[in-house]
Amino acid sequence: MSSPETITAPRSARRLTIARAISEAIGQEMERDPAVLVMGEDIGKLGGVFGTTTGLLEKFGAERVRDTPISETAFIGAAVGLAASGMRPIVELMFVDFFGVCMDAIYNLAAKQSYFSGGQVTCPMVLMTSVGGGYGDAGQHSQTLYATFGHLPGLKVVIPSNAHDAKGLMLAAIRDPNPVIFMYHKALQGMGWLGTVQRSITDAPEGDYVVPLGKAAIVREGSDITLVGLGLSVHHALDAAARLEKQGHSAEVIDLRSIAPLDRETVRASVRKTGRLLVVDDDYMSYGVGAEIIASVCEAGIPLRAAPRRIAHPDIPVPFTPVMEHFVLPDADKVAAAALTILEP
Amino acid sequence: MSNRSDRLWMYGTMVKSRHFEALIKPAYFEGKTPVFNMAKGPLPGEMHLSDGQEPCAVGVCAHLRPGDTVTATHRPHHVAIAKGVNLDAMAAEIFGKATGLSGGRGGHMHLFDARVNFACSGIIAQGLGPAVGAALASKLRGEDHVAVAFLGEGAANQGAFHEALNLASVWKVPAIFVIEDNAYGISVAKRDCTAVARNADRAAAYAMPGHFIPGNDPDAVYAVAGEAIARARRGEGPSLIEIETCRLEGHFMGDAEAYRPAGEVERLKAADPIPAYRDRLLADGFDAADLDTAETDARAVVDAAFAAARAAAYPQPEEAFDHVFA
Ligand SMILES: Cc1ncc(C[n+]2csc(CCOP(=O)(O)OP(=O)(O)O)c2C)c(N)n1
Ligand SMILES: [Mg+2]
Repeated sequence: MSSPETITAPRSARRLTIARAISEAIGQEMERDPAVLVMGEDIGKLGGVFGTTTGLLEKFGAERVRDTPISETAFIGAAVGLAASGMRPIVELMFVDFFGVCMDAIYNLAAKQSYFSGGQVTCPMVLMTSVGGGYGDAGQHSQTLYATFGHLPGLKVVIPSNAHDAKGLMLAAIRDPNPVIFMYHKALQGMGWLGTVQRSITDAPEGDYVVPLGKAAIVREGSDITLVGLGLSVHHALDAAARLEKQGHSAEVIDLRSIAPLDRETVRASVRKTGRLLVVDDDYMSYGVGAEIIASVCEAGIPLRAAPRRIAHPDIPVPFTPVMEHFVLPDADKVAAAALTILEP
Repeated sequence: MSNRSDRLWMYGTMVKSRHFEALIKPAYFEGKTPVFNMAKGPLPGEMHLSDGQEPCAVGVCAHLRPGDTVTATHRPHHVAIAKGVNLDAMAAEIFGKATGLSGGRGGHMHLFDARVNFACSGIIAQGLGPAVGAALASKLRGEDHVAVAFLGEGAANQGAFHEALNLASVWKVPAIFVIEDNAYGISVAKRDCTAVARNADRAAAYAMPGHFIPGNDPDAVYAVAGEAIARARRGEGPSLIEIETCRLEGHFMGDAEAYRPAGEVERLKAADPIPAYRDRLLADGFDAADLDTAETDARAVVDAAFAAARAAAYPQPEEAFDHVFA
């Protein structure tokens, strides 16, 4: 579990990027469990466009590390079949934006295997993918679509904000008997060709550990306002919290880590204490994570000292030109400003 | 053999396309050194260059009119230029400027010029369905416009490819599917992920003519595409064409290309189709001075487009909210 120290003050020897944490977790699990295999586009020789399978082909060979054709419906469907046959496939489709071509295999097939079979058939598979924009790659390569997947029953959805959690969540995801959508944010991934928020590069134990699915973490303790984020927006919240502290406000920051299942209790307990809530999300606003979190707090009847707020990407496609993209994307300034409207109305 | 003016046009257009990519290269690396970061500089995001693939674009588009539809891919510049997309607005779009084709909303993978019925997309094989639709519209209206969908050889493994070919054949629409076989989909070689050596063979499954064109040769593409397009205009239905071509650059800019065998790029560059075509034209009696003029003119319009794009203003940030709905 990530404590405030894991994410804010990386300790010692080993500092891993999320990319390395993911590939390490997969490699360790492949060693431990012969049923685990990886497949996807460019995951063999290239080691994954986002470094999630680096070194695995060399170590485990082409039978268990399989480059696929650009045939997502077929290979994601095949993963469901592998899973039903006792294997534990990890599938990569490099951008979440591409899931449109194979959505049926995900939300009508993988997600419903257990239910339709009355529990006879399980679907232990991990579908990993990159999310997020901010680097000028336009509207088919920059979405997060958290809520799209969080909305669908039968899928678990996790989004690490740092390498420690990435490794532990990946190990938990592979061992889970359900389909898990594992989303890694491009701004945190640690690829040489993309900028990386340094705070995401953390210490992570070399050995085996899991970060349980469905468990949020309090990554900064505070008493005046609860800031809730996931993936990159956790870092916006932490940056904003540091600024708010200088202005005399103590912000608590929650890293959701999973949105399905969603750890409503950790959020509610925090808001019971602070009485104020701001959710930070870089998915499209409407019907999103912010709405779900705010509803969860309101439905519990928790008294609030100010109206809750949410920050998200507006309901428009992600624009290409940086002047537009940065105008609409959440950042620490926008979080701090929104928090102040709640703290100092 | 293609006629004289078409051959000169094909040469000039290939030079124009190559020069466009040549100007992108240094601009792309502005702000991205010493530490490469895709987000930085005047051209952020991924950049897929078309160097080497120009024969596919010019050999096909030489037969097209503005009323014909073209859908292209994430690697669209050569096809856009050959289809007659407004060059100034295209350059401005790639720089994210207000004067761009979509005012900076789409960028390099989302070039739209409705004036010449051109569109492209970053999703593999997405353009095939729309090409079938455009072709059906032409047929329903009794026009003789055709629709051409360009795709990579990797995209021929996508379900949408097979569905679109079947649909085009069942409906007998004037669509032409043009596969640019550059041997790779990112790092994955065609032979490692495609069940057939030649995608043209797949045409048989959809009861349409399938043509394979070796040699990355504009004249050969021109000849085969001319027949397929004329056939479609006559109402005789769709065709599939696969062109053996090559990608002289990385999949995208910044690609380390470790998946290529040693010496491959050098070998491909030695067979660069543009100087080879110049030599062919000279051997066929073209005047060197005419070719020089074609080159100079081509470079001049690209230079002007880039200069205007750089000088143009960025849009207002609030304009991000425009055009979400019509
Ligand atoms: C549906 C979908 N899957 C995967 C990708 C990622 N992707 C982008 S380009 C590419 C390779 C395409 O290869 P090919 O069709 O041969 O075109 P080329 O890049 O060689 O021009 C892949 C897999 C995508 N954009 N869309
Ligand atoms: Mg290709």
